Amino acid sequence: MATVIFSSELQRITGEEKTTVDAKSYRELIDSLTSHYAKLDADTLMAMAVAIDGEIIHDPLLESVDPNSEVHFLYRISGG
Amino acid sequence: MSEAREFKYVGTRSIRPDGFDKVTGRANYAADLDLPGMIWGRILRSPHAHARITRLDTTRAEALPGVMGVATFKDFPAVSTEEFQSGEGSTALNDLARNILADDKVLYHGHAVCAIAATSEALAEQALDLIDIEYDVLPPVMDVADAMKDDAPLLHEDMFTEGLEEKPSKPSNIALRFELKKGDIEQGFKEADLVIEREFYTPTVHQGYIEPHACTVRYDNAGTSMVYCSTQGHFDVRAATAKLLDMELGKIKVVPSEIGGGFGGKTTIYLEPVAMILSQKSGRPVKMVMDRDEVFMASGPGSATRNWVKIGAKKDGTLVAMQARLCYEAGAFPGSPMRPGVMTVFTPYDIENAFVEGYDVVVNKPKVAAYRAPGAPQSEFACEMLINEIARELDMDPIDLRLKNAAREGTQTLYGPKLKKVGLVECLEAVKASDHYRSALKENQGRGVAAGFWFNIGGPSSVSINMNPDGTAILIEGNPDIGGSRASMQLMAAETLQLPLDDVKPLVGDTDVLAYSGATGGSRTTFATGMATIQAAEDIVRQFKERAASTWNVTPEQVEYANGTVTNTAGDDSMTVAEICAGADRTGGHISGRGNINARGAGPSFAVHLADVECDAETGRCWVVRYTACQDAGKAIHPSYVEGQYQGGAAQGIGWALNEEYIYNEDGRLENPGFLDYRIPLASDLPMIETIIVEVPNDFHPFGVRGVGESGIIPPLAAVGDAVAGAAKINVTELPLSPPRVLKAIAEGASA
Amino acid sequence: MKTHVTTTINGEEVEFLCEPHETLLDALRNHVGLTGTKEGCGSGDCGACSVTVDGELVCSCLVLAPEAEGKSIGTIEGIADHDKLHVIQEKFLEHAALQCGICTPGLIVSTKALLEENPNPTEEEARYYLAGNLCRCTGYDKIIRAVLDAAETMKGAA
Repeated sequence: MATVIFSSELQRITGEEKTTVDAKSYRELIDSLTSHYAKLDADTLMAMAVAIDGEIIHDPLLESVDPNSEVHFLYRISGG
Repeated sequence: MSEAREFKYVGTRSIRPDGFDKVTGRANYAADLDLPGMIWGRILRSPHAHARITRLDTTRAEALPGVMGVATFKDFPAVSTEEFQSGEGSTALNDLARNILADDKVLYHGHAVCAIAATSEALAEQALDLIDIEYDVLPPVMDVADAMKDDAPLLHEDMFTEGLEEKPSKPSNIALRFELKKGDIEQGFKEADLVIEREFYTPTVHQGYIEPHACTVRYDNAGTSMVYCSTQGHFDVRAATAKLLDMELGKIKVVPSEIGGGFGGKTTIYLEPVAMILSQKSGRPVKMVMDRDEVFMASGPGSATRNWVKIGAKKDGTLVAMQARLCYEAGAFPGSPMRPGVMTVFTPYDIENAFVEGYDVVVNKPKVAAYRAPGAPQSEFACEMLINEIARELDMDPIDLRLKNAAREGTQTLYGPKLKKVGLVECLEAVKASDHYRSALKENQGRGVAAGFWFNIGGPSSVSINMNPDGTAILIEGNPDIGGSRASMQLMAAETLQLPLDDVKPLVGDTDVLAYSGATGGSRTTFATGMATIQAAEDIVRQFKERAASTWNVTPEQVEYANGTVTNTAGDDSMTVAEICAGADRTGGHISGRGNINARGAGPSFAVHLADVECDAETGRCWVVRYTACQDAGKAIHPSYVEGQYQGGAAQGIGWALNEEYIYNEDGRLENPGFLDYRIPLASDLPMIETIIVEVPNDFHPFGVRGVGESGIIPPLAAVGDAVAGAAKINVTELPLSPPRVLKAIAEGASA
Repeated sequence: MKTHVTTTINGEEVEFLCEPHETLLDALRNHVGLTGTKEGCGSGDCGACSVTVDGELVCSCLVLAPEAEGKSIGTIEGIADHDKLHVIQEKFLEHAALQCGICTPGLIVSTKALLEENPNPTEEEARYYLAGNLCRCTGYDKIIRAVLDAAETMKGAA
């Protein structure tokens, strides 16, 4: 089971700090989270970047997720 | 990258391939292109900081002989509020449009209102005087603290703060609230033996690129319209122009000129769509060049901020709680780099309990643009000043205090993930061991140290390499070369192709010749475009082997490639690259390689700077007498240009700390829109800037690259700020530490 | 009413027509086609438009084009001997004294003027002489090193 840790802003929607999800891919992860949390919509999540085991990924559509992965959602980072 | 690797070209100080053109005046920048039949565009700008336009009549201007076109906001097709992604993050399209040409309101001094094209620049200028325009002047809001007040005049009556738990019932100037939280902040402060809190102010500053924004645009109704301009991201200029003018993306070609500096400020657009409208109306190519005062008044400054920080520490120096409230000016439209400011503020520290809230606030100043590590210098300045104060209170060495709490591999960041391998500890140790750190200070001198963190980004990059029949290679990258990227692409390609450096000719391709590449920004080019380069070169090497193998009728596994020659391990044949390329017709056609990637795994670059400042107590003038910039490059592909990034970032940060600020009068008019009064550092203001390149490889890059463009501007604010505090014996909470401010603080014997 | 100007640029006689109010910078760039001289400010503050007029270093944005009549103008295009770079240009490349390169033509013209006036400048003298040439990319470190190295090399050659 991958662990998803929510930022304090996402916690307002999920009501909890973290959860475990049985997902092998990013897409399964999104499906699982949005079905578990009724108020969490896929567009909000998919507009964000994701960090899987510390690696920040801006366009994670095709990513796989390991059973022991730690996942964070965060805002996309740009630069100067 | 598990073990250190020997390189032939990477890490050498080669002569940059674009150098000859740049030292002889041959290189063409944005203002250097003329086209047959070309006319000139000029822009009428608002004299007011905040006003409603009550009348705009261009009849008299249009009647002037030689005037060939007029553009106003009404020429934009209806634009949506859709967020447009570019190098500097996202902006609502209609905000982008209203910034390029004002709609019903002008929102800052210098806001563009109307553009005119005429047969000469002087005539266009003359025509601007014939525009009949009237304003209903409104009170301006010029400071983030004023703008956040309940009764502040509103810039946008339809703007409601986002990011709150409940949607507010009335509009305000606060566009967005954002927070990050970790651990238990109250408990953390309870455990502290020492708690210090302060509010810091940083001014509006400009990127200060020497080349003003400029473009030459030719509209073509039947074929492809052309935009020639100076930009960090020509693919983004194409997308923005197409979106704003409802044109087909594929019917616009953006040709990037050489770019005369950007530092984030050339990741957005100002002139290009206006010139396109004028070209469409006049049927002529249109050239537009900003004057320097226009650059200051109406192009990308960096946010002014008011940042409050509170830190709790134990007697032994362990940091136990860190809190901040960060207020960033966005300028006239939402979109300050407040979020990255929140995400970076405490990242150099391994801290259990932290809480940061940030506000993105509109004021009557130009819409801010990205500026080197956007948002980070402002917030990290506040944190680093307090860290130094804590070190003094605890009687600890400021580097030892940082080492005790330093973020390292596995540290859980406030913004979420755990850090991968990073080089902060190595940088701190290198500075501590430096001759500079052990040297003695003279009278009236002070010393400051500070750390800086920036993420760096990856993103989409495209590279193609075409082999010539003589065995030389043309490398096309999609990233404007702002500080030597053709040199580093050449090194990485030659390394991978195992060909002589001079046999690889790198160039920057326009939007028609290459697939999309993200902008040159976010310290991503050497990292991401470098990976695309390596991939394209590996693609070529694979084909060298295949071609030779097919010639000898063996399998590619039976051949080896080294130093420009393929050898047959099953026999004694060998072929040079020149032979393979000359005979490519017979083995399947000529050879090209591609690298199209969306790079991830960007490695953060930590920096630690050390500044010695001397103060003349009679005049309040402070100047840097010795400076060391240390930063983790991962791997320095071209050490000279890596040092150049460190030194350039340091110089910009020193300017930010000591001199640079936008000065507005009480009516909200910018009083110093020129290099005489907005004083960036001169050669005579600075000493040599010593550099230490730390190399903690980024495992995600084949050569270990992190990206070095941005972090170097973060530490100078606090390093210089703290050094001034020591030299002038004052408390420092506001920048810049210009003579009047320092003198006042000395006189008051108190806070500056 | 345009003004006819006859002048010498980089050793060649050149004629052009200009408005009486036009700057030498605009004339060089727009009428003579020498775009190596850059405009950074138009107010004499940045030095990107540095040229020499009868050997004297000036900001060409502060000189009226008709003032060039009968004078000898030196621009960046005249520094190299065809494809043979001047020592100053070589040193700028060797020391990586440029990043974006927009200030480079002005700096090279100014450095040549400096070394003609003072073939043996100290670091401080070089820094003050070049204080009118703004560079935003490099922090000046590598520029000053290139200038001092060029002086050293030119002394050796003389």
